[in-house]
Amino acid sequence: MPVTAIVPDYESYVEIRDVQKNFHGNILVFVHWEQHLSFCSAIAFPLPPTMPFDALVSDVIAPHYAAHPDAAKIDWTKAVWSIDGEIATPDFNASLVENGLHHKSLIRFWTPGLPGIAYS
Amino acid sequence: MAQTASITLMQSDDARPIIEAIIADNPGVRILNMPGVVKLDCDDSITVKRASVEERLGRSWEPQEIQLVLVSMAGNLDEDDDHFTLSWRH
Amino acid sequence: MSVKKLGLRQRYEHMTRGLDWETSYQPMDKVFPYDQFEGIKIKDWSAWEDPFRLTMDSYWKFQAEKERKLYAVLDSFAQNNGQTNISDARYINAVKLFLTGISPEEYQAHRGFAFAGRHLRGAGTRVAAQMQSIDELRHLQTQVHTISHYNKFFDGLGEFPHMHDRVWYLSVPKSFFDDARSAGPFEFMIAIGFAFEYLLTNLLFVPFMSGAAYNGDMSTVTFGFSAQSDESRHMTLGIEVIKFLLEQHPDNLPIVQKWVDKWFWRGHRLLGLVAMMMDYMLPKKVMSWKEAWDIYFVEAGGSLFQDLGRYGLKMPKYADIATEEAEHISHQNWAVFYQYTHAAAFHTWMPDAEHLDWLSAKYPNTFDKYYRPRWEMWAKMEKEGKRFYNGALPQLCQCCQIPMAYTEPGDPTTICFRSSKYKDDTYHFCSDGCKDIFDAEPEKFSQAWLPVHQIFQGNCGGPTVPDVLNWYHLNNGVDNMDYVGSPDEKIWNEWHAENTRKAV
Repeated sequence: MPVTAIVPDYESYVEIRDVQKNFHGNILVFVHWEQHLSFCSAIAFPLPPTMPFDALVSDVIAPHYAAHPDAAKIDWTKAVWSIDGEIATPDFNASLVENGLHHKSLIRFWTPGLPGIAYS
Repeated sequence: MAQTASITLMQSDDARPIIEAIIADNPGVRILNMPGVVKLDCDDSITVKRASVEERLGRSWEPQEIQLVLVSMAGNLDEDDDHFTLSWRH
Repeated sequence: MSVKKLGLRQRYEHMTRGLDWETSYQPMDKVFPYDQFEGIKIKDWSAWEDPFRLTMDSYWKFQAEKERKLYAVLDSFAQNNGQTNISDARYINAVKLFLTGISPEEYQAHRGFAFAGRHLRGAGTRVAAQMQSIDELRHLQTQVHTISHYNKFFDGLGEFPHMHDRVWYLSVPKSFFDDARSAGPFEFMIAIGFAFEYLLTNLLFVPFMSGAAYNGDMSTVTFGFSAQSDESRHMTLGIEVIKFLLEQHPDNLPIVQKWVDKWFWRGHRLLGLVAMMMDYMLPKKVMSWKEAWDIYFVEAGGSLFQDLGRYGLKMPKYADIATEEAEHISHQNWAVFYQYTHAAAFHTWMPDAEHLDWLSAKYPNTFDKYYRPRWEMWAKMEKEGKRFYNGALPQLCQCCQIPMAYTEPGDPTTICFRSSKYKDDTYHFCSDGCKDIFDAEPEKFSQAWLPVHQIFQGNCGGPTVPDVLNWYHLNNGVDNMDYVGSPDEKIWNEWHAENTRKAV
């Protein structure tokens, strides 16, 4: 259902601010550690689409969750992943794009055995 | 379910005769005191009568003057020269 | 010979409708070009009711009286160094959030009602909207004037207009009003006049101003209640506009229902900031957010929608979800600001033992189970010198622009994720309510200026946190971070050390 506007050509004035080309070659990726609500929401990163998944985990995800007491205990080989709502088994040696990620993808992961402190 | 008609007034000298008039004229009024304000609730309808306020105030008073001390209200308003009423009745 | 005084009704009739006329040099449709495109059908503008029957001459008389009272209090507050008598300097952080987040919206409301007051063609409606427009400007002015006294002593207040246009969490109220003001005049009236002023504003002003009274902030109480005395007139305008639209034509019902659903949800999200102020930022508490929600939404809103039911209007969509969230939203929002304290223009803290017990008592279903363990963990980390910060930027909701921190209905342990596709791009939402709003007007909301994404695009002063804070005019190390260790705390302790010395 379209917006109700006084001008018939409203759409021709629309400027979508978050199109991929505005991110200087990067794609936006959102990451969320389930059952750890100390991190109030998913966290956002502009990343090169060619970045290996391995580097995403070691250089982006791990350091940004390091403040949590559970973080040091994560066994990444046991993590359960979801990419854009589908359970996935990422190839750590392949790039983000090769793992099916696109601009504004959402990655959620679970760390079995580490349920946080009352989900925090 | 009874609908609540409500007036909230400042706790101030100017508002006191109005609060007293409401309590006198609306049997069953429920009073919620909060710091700085008082919320007065009745089922269906609550009214402020000009004559009752004037009696307590000792001078003539227009219902529109309630605006100086009114904080909030609930219900459909009917205001005239002699009263200020909030009601859910039709 | 004495002249008979006109009654209230006659005076109102003469001073509003009596002064109106049909234009003849130009057709009325050209003079009022904005009041038809939204699809609202008006058969008879003269059926508009204004139960306050306030005429401009009385308006000025009453407003002048309100101003005289307010300024007498402001003078005495300043002369008596009222700032030293508040309950605790933590309280001022609620005032900071108010000045940066709410006062600029008074100005937005002023402009919006000026537009509605010009472009709706009924004389009664125009007069009421014009008065409200002047009221809203008065509210901004009195708020700025009142709070300027605190600006002499406390941080985080001086750059409020600049911050409002730039700071990440202030994009929440800003985008709310931008949305309303870029809609047509009828949607604006339902959005701000009805949904915000009638349905939700009590939750902002009554408990918060009562809280100010309880915390010794006489000046804020006074501007608050001075503004609130106008608010009853605004509420009346809001309820009259909705009844008028529903009475005018049955085709208006689905349009009005859609706006009520949208603006109820948007208002609910916006007021989450107030929930946090009430439950966490007032050192002496009046009532919990949940209690205020029950009084002002469940009970008062229930009565209202029971009444509007005769026109076929239903309770706003997701009202049940919002009521469920009333047990969570203040805690979830405080968690956001605690972990992003480095990027906020006010101070944060973990509740002390007494405060934790108050929260447990007020939120028996949720606090001990879901939030107390988190607060205790963070307090422990703080004690160990490992104060918890979130070093990344949060994912924001495309609609409300709040970090996506809200949980699934029925499951407070899992974040709620929703998304939509529009023109090959994905858009993320915190809730079904926000997703529905986007899906109804994707052209509009796909243009959102999301602060986190703007930082990544390089439009906010630079890539590092200090760069961005500088661009916000946020004085790093002074305006932000925890209350403990802040210059605010220092000056407060100095004042009170002096009192103790004198007493000894």
